[in-house]
Amino acid sequence: MTGAELLLQALSQEGVKVIFGYPGAVLCALYDALLDSNIQHVLVRHEQGAVHAADAYARVSGQVGVCLATSGPGATNLVTGIANAYMDSIPLVALTGQVPTGLLGTDSFQEADITGITMPITKHSYLVKDARELPRIVKEAFYIARSGRPGPVLIDLPKDVLNQEVAQPEQAVLSLKSYKVFSKGNMGQIVEAAKALAESRRPVLYAGGGVINAGAENVLKAVVEKASLPVVTTLMGIGSLPSRHPNLLGMVGMHGTVTANYAVDACDLLIAVGVRFDDRVTSGLKHRFATQAKIIHIDIDPAEIGKVIRAHIPIVGDARLVLEGLLAHLVPPQTGPWWEQLRQWQADHPLGHESEGISPQLVIEKIGAIAGPEAVVATDVGQHQMWAAQYYPVFKPRHFITSGGLGTMGFGLPAAVGAQVAKPDKTVFLISGDGSFQMTIQELATVAQYALPIKIALMNNGVLGLVRQWQKLFFEERFSQIQLHANPDFIRLAEAYGIKGLRVEELSQVEGALQEAMAHRGPVLLDFVISPDEDVYPMVPPGKEITEMLGR
Amino acid sequence: MLHTLAVLVENHPGVLTRVAGLFARRAYNIESLSVCQTENPAISRMTIVVAGDDQVIEQVSKQLHKLVVVHKVTDLTGQAIVDRELALIRVRVNAETRLEVLQTVDVFRGRVVDMGRTNITVELTGDGEKIDAFVRTIRNYGLLELVRTGKIAITRSDS
Repeated sequence: MTGAELLLQALSQEGVKVIFGYPGAVLCALYDALLDSNIQHVLVRHEQGAVHAADAYARVSGQVGVCLATSGPGATNLVTGIANAYMDSIPLVALTGQVPTGLLGTDSFQEADITGITMPITKHSYLVKDARELPRIVKEAFYIARSGRPGPVLIDLPKDVLNQEVAQPEQAVLSLKSYKVFSKGNMGQIVEAAKALAESRRPVLYAGGGVINAGAENVLKAVVEKASLPVVTTLMGIGSLPSRHPNLLGMVGMHGTVTANYAVDACDLLIAVGVRFDDRVTSGLKHRFATQAKIIHIDIDPAEIGKVIRAHIPIVGDARLVLEGLLAHLVPPQTGPWWEQLRQWQADHPLGHESEGISPQLVIEKIGAIAGPEAVVATDVGQHQMWAAQYYPVFKPRHFITSGGLGTMGFGLPAAVGAQVAKPDKTVFLISGDGSFQMTIQELATVAQYALPIKIALMNNGVLGLVRQWQKLFFEERFSQIQLHANPDFIRLAEAYGIKGLRVEELSQVEGALQEAMAHRGPVLLDFVISPDEDVYPMVPPGKEITEMLGR
Repeated sequence: MLHTLAVLVENHPGVLTRVAGLFARRAYNIESLSVCQTENPAISRMTIVVAGDDQVIEQVSKQLHKLVVVHKVTDLTGQAIVDRELALIRVRVNAETRLEVLQTVDVFRGRVVDMGRTNITVELTGDGEKIDAFVRTIRNYGLLELVRTGKIAITRSDS
């Protein structure tokens, strides 16, 4: 058996069904072995597409995503996507080809030190020197990727290792003496947290991506309902509680709802679950965030606790297990007056948009209504992403796929590919912008090749909207390099790939176009022509406290 | 404040890069670092001296723990420890100063490991302050070259 065959066997044993990849010279043995494997391979058009697709596959399915790229430029093209997965704690195994071990370190053709390059953006990495180690390394890589705080692991595979004939491989047994995973929280701390909750009068639960990673949505709902807790979420926490849940105040932070930001500012107890107090939430002001509150911080990564904000009650553990413990000891606090205040804020500062004609917020709401609660929506990065976070109704975890921490323009289209491959029977909508979309537009060919019935909603305003908004508000409308003057005709572009294209310029056309897109069996690109003057509000200006929002 | 961390890591290629890279990207400053294999050949011990307040040191320690190659991190600061550095120091001498320099070396319990016509080389072990004091004293005679290891430290026995 060759190293390549052994690798594929080990991947199968880890339950891998699909690899997103792109071949290259050093990977020939592996691509040859793939022909005889039952693992599906999705051929992307750029390695960045492979890693984003694998990332989104993981987000949607909850399984470890796998991508594959050749040595040198193939491997370096993965870097952005690996960083993206690392920032959002997504379980991913990136396989890279490498030059033969004898040539390592000699600057040989298509050589790049990819384990060195990715060291700060991976949980761990391996450079395989002997194919006999592959079963153990693959097992460890998947275990590290999915356990604890999930993240990307890279396995670098020299050509000769893939070609190596292996008679007696090592056993696939974990050998990770120094790797610890915290799961159950300290019961004393949980009891302490329950006591603090019972005594609080103005509690808020602040939920993030850790809730979704832990599969804690049901126990979260139970805790929230039993204690009448108001909930704010991060961008990554969207879907942890259904959008229409009465206890949900919305997203918190720079483009959060006014009520969510006021609530965090005024609360006397902040229960932070699976969050990392990102500066897009706290405005980077650390100790001017939730200043009146006692802070309970629940996180599986001990290093997150105390990194940004001192927690009064730190609990290291899996969000689901800790919340189950909390539920068992929960005594509902008296929150009547607090809810009156919150409802008043909601009435005074509703999330709303006003514009004549076709507005992106309205389009996004209509997509939500027509796509239905089972649809998966992927976004790119920019204004459309914030509008989607604010207006798209998300009913379940793992149904809102977005690049949170890294904010990677170009994530959207390959992410939609990964989502559709993970859930072939679901409606997958991509909400993108004309800037982001063009960063990975080549993946339209992947959509076409695999006949993925993705519905692409392009919020096309001809500008880099979020940067334009900053230039408008903070640089006296001195617009610099944000005009995308030579945008292609996106309809004709879609058609060039054999993808149906629909242009929507009037409000009256929106619903009909969306119905037509849903009725079409294949992929569709909807080009929504919107005004560049549409901005994202509310907005906390940089350096301001989260209560000082523009557009209240 | 300076903290001394004892970090047990796997004895593999690339481990030093992982640890040093972590310090660099999180903007923690390494004052000194020494690393060597331990009594168990699979494990290396790093003694890292790092500057920072308690919160910084807590983060350093937690972030180190997250590296798969790190087994154990102990903050030796404030504990009963024996710590040593080794220095090799070349000092200028002439007929007049030779005796004074040799006496100074004696006072600091140093050893002369090489002697030339115009200079001598001294080996000195001790804690950092002792070596600093020796260097200050000898500087008047003409300090030609100084090589100094990072700190190594071990906890004292319970008795």
